[in-house]
Amino acid sequence: MKKTYKIEVDCANCANKMEEAAKRTPGVKNATVNFMTLKMIVEFEEGNEPKSVMEEVRKNCKIIEDDCEIFL
Amino acid sequence: MNKKQKKMLIRIILAALLMIGLGFLPVSGLVRFLLYLIPYLVIGYDILRKAFKGILNRQVFDECFLMAVATLGAMALAIYEDGDYTEAIAVMLFYQIGEWFQSYAVGKSRRNISELMDIRPDYANVEQEGKLIQIDPDEVEIGSVIVVQPGEKVPIDGIVLEGCASLNTSALTGESLPREVQAGDEIVSGCINMTGVLKIRTTREFGESTVSKILDLVENASSRKSRSEDFISKFARIYTPAVCYSALALVVLPPLVRMFLMGLAPQWGEWVYRGLTFLVISCPCALVISIPLSFFAGIGGASNAGVLVKGSNYLETLAKTKIVVFDKTGTLTKGVFEVKGIHHNKMEDAKLLEYAAYAESASSHPISKSIRKAYGKEIDRSRVEDIREISGNGITAVVDGISVAAGNEKLMKTLGIECISCHHTGTVVHMAIGGMYAGHILIADIEKPTAKAAIEALKSAGVKKTVMLTGDRKKAADQVAKDLGISQVYSELLPGGKVEKVEELLEEKPEKAKLAFVGDGINDAPVLSRADIGIAMGAMGSDAAIEAADIVLMDDDPLKIAKAIRISRKCLGIVYENIVFAIGIKLICLILGALGIANMWLAIFADVGVMILAVLNAIRALFVKKL
Repeated sequence: MKKTYKIEVDCANCANKMEEAAKRTPGVKNATVNFMTLKMIVEFEEGNEPKSVMEEVRKNCKIIEDDCEIFL
Repeated sequence: MNKKQKKMLIRIILAALLMIGLGFLPVSGLVRFLLYLIPYLVIGYDILRKAFKGILNRQVFDECFLMAVATLGAMALAIYEDGDYTEAIAVMLFYQIGEWFQSYAVGKSRRNISELMDIRPDYANVEQEGKLIQIDPDEVEIGSVIVVQPGEKVPIDGIVLEGCASLNTSALTGESLPREVQAGDEIVSGCINMTGVLKIRTTREFGESTVSKILDLVENASSRKSRSEDFISKFARIYTPAVCYSALALVVLPPLVRMFLMGLAPQWGEWVYRGLTFLVISCPCALVISIPLSFFAGIGGASNAGVLVKGSNYLETLAKTKIVVFDKTGTLTKGVFEVKGIHHNKMEDAKLLEYAAYAESASSHPISKSIRKAYGKEIDRSRVEDIREISGNGITAVVDGISVAAGNEKLMKTLGIECISCHHTGTVVHMAIGGMYAGHILIADIEKPTAKAAIEALKSAGVKKTVMLTGDRKKAADQVAKDLGISQVYSELLPGGKVEKVEELLEEKPEKAKLAFVGDGINDAPVLSRADIGIAMGAMGSDAAIEAADIVLMDDDPLKIAKAIRISRKCLGIVYENIVFAIGIKLICLILGALGIANMWLAIFADVGVMILAVLNAIRALFVKKL
């Protein structure tokens, strides 16, 4: 399953780091962050509840970049 | 400017004024330090906070950390050496100005590009109890009747029930010529009604309409990342730590070498300064921002010209296209039959055509339709009688009391009339009027008016080989290829044969030259997906094309292929310029910094200045009108 989330981040390098962090989160099959359109497209692994996975993704992103936000 | 940017601007101005003001105060020692600490904290408190949080989260090598270390270091040096705190504050100030500018420029280009692609209709007009009310297009069900007034966008695909108007399709096709519609015509969403009031019966939901599909496609386009973008994010991942360690080495190693091997004074201060300069240069932002921005602008510019690109990666592949393979029917030719010529006739062309049109008046065969279209006048059914369709041969009828036969050679043979065969390619309709041979009408699929120019444009754009694949007969195919100047033709192919031919071509080409296949998108889906890059034409309203292709040309004009290639070349050119320029300047500044020639000011330029130039250069990719 694929879902798109709106994000808020200031620098392009931070967006890349967010992508990395999202990819590392368990339950995420693949993630792409589009800095220009400020969107994160997350593909979830089978049998995972997107909502709880995204909470984790947000937590991981906050670690690498304090100043980012994902609108769930 | 958003709230964040406004707040930042105020902080920048305040800190700058404070710093300048303090320059006139004759204080020294601790008071001086404390006073200078105010502007430093005003401009840099968030950076220090982020750097601290980064350390707690074990994310050391981010730019806030670099800036914090560099400026704190400079402050420390100033206490220890001369009490000149302005440098540390200036570094922070310029860094923040750079960040502010970047955020402003990116926000602005984001808005510009979205405005460019803004074809989203905000509402649909529905008639209720004799009054027009505006509702959300999402709420309109299939089969409802909507009203589009002059100046409004068509919100949903449908069929015109009432009214006629000229439509401005430029937002979809980049084509400025208006398109006329009247009752019974299909209408696609995203066009702007320029003249009359239209009543439209919707045939799709809003989410399935052309305009929604296009918006979805364009908005998600830059999510498919190109190789240059991947390269840059990998590079950034190595680059920042590498520079940080080099900075550390620069601070520690030379003084030690001087002390122990050369017996000189270690000059710690000097080398710490050089190390800090290193750190300021190390921010990879110029690179990381400008590459996706260039692609985003390129895709935006292309869509404004009626070329939809589904991802940055396709823009990159398109720029390397050396072989273009065409489908014939519907791509290079119009895909509709038209009367091309009338030969060996004993009467006037118009008269012969009139007889033919009357004889064929009852038939729905494409050939009959094309003859009626060429005749172009209203048909008075009372003038024709006794129409007989002889399947596979043609038609006999009596027009104005004269017997007319229209059909192929077989028909003429059964009627015992000698006919003259045609040496042109196409379908030939022989005519016999009053039992005498009266000449024949040649009907063929005609080339698009811009097809020849399109092939030439491709050649001048650096395409080495043009190939045409078609299911049509060899004679017709060779004729078209010769007319247009196409170098290679494969004819009489079955649909599966096209895939095989493309695979053969893919195999024999060199790795770096990319192969593009151009088709009309309806029956070419397998070939479109097999080629390195699939380009579908005339996509207005055709879902299959939007699904299967990587690049979609919104109108039927083959000239757009060369334009798309030029757009992609320009965009990729800018991307390479930015990569070389940004990495080059940074490397030079790093070397100068290590040698002690570059001071903090040059380092700031290497960071912020390069970023600003790269962003400005990236925005150039948006301008594609003159290509």
